Amino acid sequence: MKILVCVKRIPDPDESLKFAGGGLDYSASKWVPNAFDEYAIETALRLAEVVGGTQRLAEVIVLGIGPESQRQQLTQFLAMGADRGIIVDADPDKLDTATVSKLIAAVFKKEAADLLIAGKLSQDNEGGQVPQRVAGLLDVPQASFAATVEWDQAAKALTVGREVDDGVEVKRVPLPAVVSVDLRIVLPKSVKNGSTPATHAYQEGPRLASLKGITMAKRKPVAVLKPSDLGVAVGTNEQVVGVAAPPARKAGQKVKTVEELFEKLTKEAKVI
Amino acid sequence: MSKVLVILETAGGQIRPHCLPGITCAAEIARATGKPLHLLVLGAQPDAAAQAIAAAGYGAAAVHTLAGPTLEPFTAEAWSDAIIHAARTLGASVIGGTASSTLRDALPRAAAVLDAPLVSEVVKVKSGDTFVRPISAGRALQDQKVNAGTFFFTARGTEFEHAQPTGAVPVQAVAAAAANTRGAVVQGVQKTESSRPQLTEAKVIVSGGRGMREGANFKLLEQLTDLLGGALGASRAATDAGMVPADLQVGQTGKIVAPELYFAVAISGAIQHLAGMKGSKTIVAINKDAEAPIFQVADYGLVAKWEEAVPRLVELIKARKGA
Ligand SMILES: Cc1cc2nc3c(=O)[nH]c(=O)nc-3n(C[C@H](O)[C@H](O)[C@H](O)COP(=O)(O)OP(=O)(O)OC[C@H]3O[C@@H](n4cnc5c(N)ncnc54)[C@H](O)[C@@H]3O)c2cc1C
Ligand SMILES: Nc1ncnc2c1ncn2[C@@H]1O[C@H](COP(=O)(O)O)[C@@H](O)[C@H]1O
Repeated sequence: MKILVCVKRIPDPDESLKFAGGGLDYSASKWVPNAFDEYAIETALRLAEVVGGTQRLAEVIVLGIGPESQRQQLTQFLAMGADRGIIVDADPDKLDTATVSKLIAAVFKKEAADLLIAGKLSQDNEGGQVPQRVAGLLDVPQASFAATVEWDQAAKALTVGREVDDGVEVKRVPLPAVVSVDLRIVLPKSVKNGSTPATHAYQEGPRLASLKGITMAKRKPVAVLKPSDLGVAVGTNEQVVGVAAPPARKAGQKVKTVEELFEKLTKEAKVI
Repeated sequence: MSKVLVILETAGGQIRPHCLPGITCAAEIARATGKPLHLLVLGAQPDAAAQAIAAAGYGAAAVHTLAGPTLEPFTAEAWSDAIIHAARTLGASVIGGTASSTLRDALPRAAAVLDAPLVSEVVKVKSGDTFVRPISAGRALQDQKVNAGTFFFTARGTEFEHAQPTGAVPVQAVAAAAANTRGAVVQGVQKTESSRPQLTEAKVIVSGGRGMREGANFKLLEQLTDLLGGALGASRAATDAGMVPADLQVGQTGKIVAPELYFAVAISGAIQHLAGMKGSKTIVAINKDAEAPIFQVADYGLVAKWEEAVPRLVELIKARKGA
């Protein structure tokens, strides 16, 4: 089994935004992996490893579409335990979502991968669409917003608990397939691969890289491709024409007692 | 002439109310582009719902149905096939609807197959090709322009009014097409049953956070919720800890809500939480930490422990209702 995991680098979401010239200035930003992609790699590693054994059930490849300088974020995932990396080197400002999706689909085909695991959302531009697009381009089934995944190795299928608006939907998808992961995929018992004891509880959240992992990551191969190597023309059918800060909420007030709060809600805001 | 086509979801022979803001957004795009507005109902037997929707009209030229046994239960795979087929048959060049978990799943897939851009979570229609959408957990608003003959959109439900009935329009059937789940099987949906209004529809929301400590303590918040006829919400920390079901999460990755009145109880106010509730009309924060960032967006902030504040508030509201 071959699992391809997406990693997108984003400006640190804890930094405050700098508005400049009708856009956002990221020139001084610290770049970090998108949180949902950290969840994606954690999911892949839980599927691939057998806790208590040495056997590996899958090869895990991390893929980033963007400038070659994102190698650092890719290396972070290699240090967590991924086997190798691929960068498709392209200027992110010249790539639209459709093209990013085509590039990921092209790598999936080139690698003859069985499973793509991506985040459900980029924290910066919040498209929420790349994994679904890739599934459409590959014409394979998709399980979006995954909170749990169970791998049925014999049937070559995944049973996925998807967080939908009114509850959790259970969807079974045959491989090859695309899964996008939601927050709760990194709870201790969200991922089951059929080989690690089902009772095993993982740490909560994505794992930290070990010292050994960090040393080994430097020796793991990272291939750098150009969009043209994949036969994908870089186009742009969408364009950002302005960015502005949202209107601020007007300053509120502190109340000292519950009675005062009640008074304000009934007489001033008139909402009760 | 090319059309603006809205994909609707139905239940029990009726439109699901969360779809109504998507129609309003589409109507604005229709006005800006000069294209007529059309509605599409998918399902195994969409006719009854389509008739009910056509009776209301919602400013559309017609309601179309596309029937197929694989369209229920919903899968992104079969719906994407059906949407593409309907768009081609009807000559639709703008396709969208409310950003529900259903359309967020199916529309990008269809857009990719048609090699069309998709503008997600539109909050404002600036012109026929330029839309405003929030990014970075609502800390910025981006104007996005599409350069394509065909494009898709999803509309943020809290930012558009519910479409209103305008008068009856005809129902037309689109000939069935192959819609295929690609081997995917939906085994069921564990629904969170609740007699309370939907989070995205509620006028009042009472949300609890990590500071509630355990699920049993939410009983107190439920009392407040029910007194006000509202819906219960939560932060990620509370849902992750299993205090309440995951679909109660409010925030960047949960529900986006904008009620008249929002209570944040024992919630610190992380940007990802604020992203989901900042649009609320009146925000009340109850938190024991005076420095909690939630107070920066609260209209009324009370520095107190919920153990003391909430029971007293419940008492006061009860007394008023009784009077
Ligand atoms: C990618 C990503 C997406 C996310 N999406 C979301 C999202 O959609 N929604 C969301 O909510 N979060 C989201 N988060 C998580 C978010 O960053 C915060 O971790 C989370 O909102 C914190 O929840 P909280 O405020 O309940 O907990 P905490 O931050 O731990 O705050 C608890 C608060 O309770 C107060 N408190 C404690 N005891 C009492 C008491 N007895 N009485 C009164 N007050 C008390 C404390 O003072 C504190 O302010 C996301 C995070 C990431 C990385
Ligand atoms: N440039 C990129 N490189 C690699 N993966 C990406 C890229 N953009 C998006 N993705 C993946 O697609 C997911 C959803 O992104 P988006 O559709 O932009 O919200 C992300 O969490 C990533 O897993």
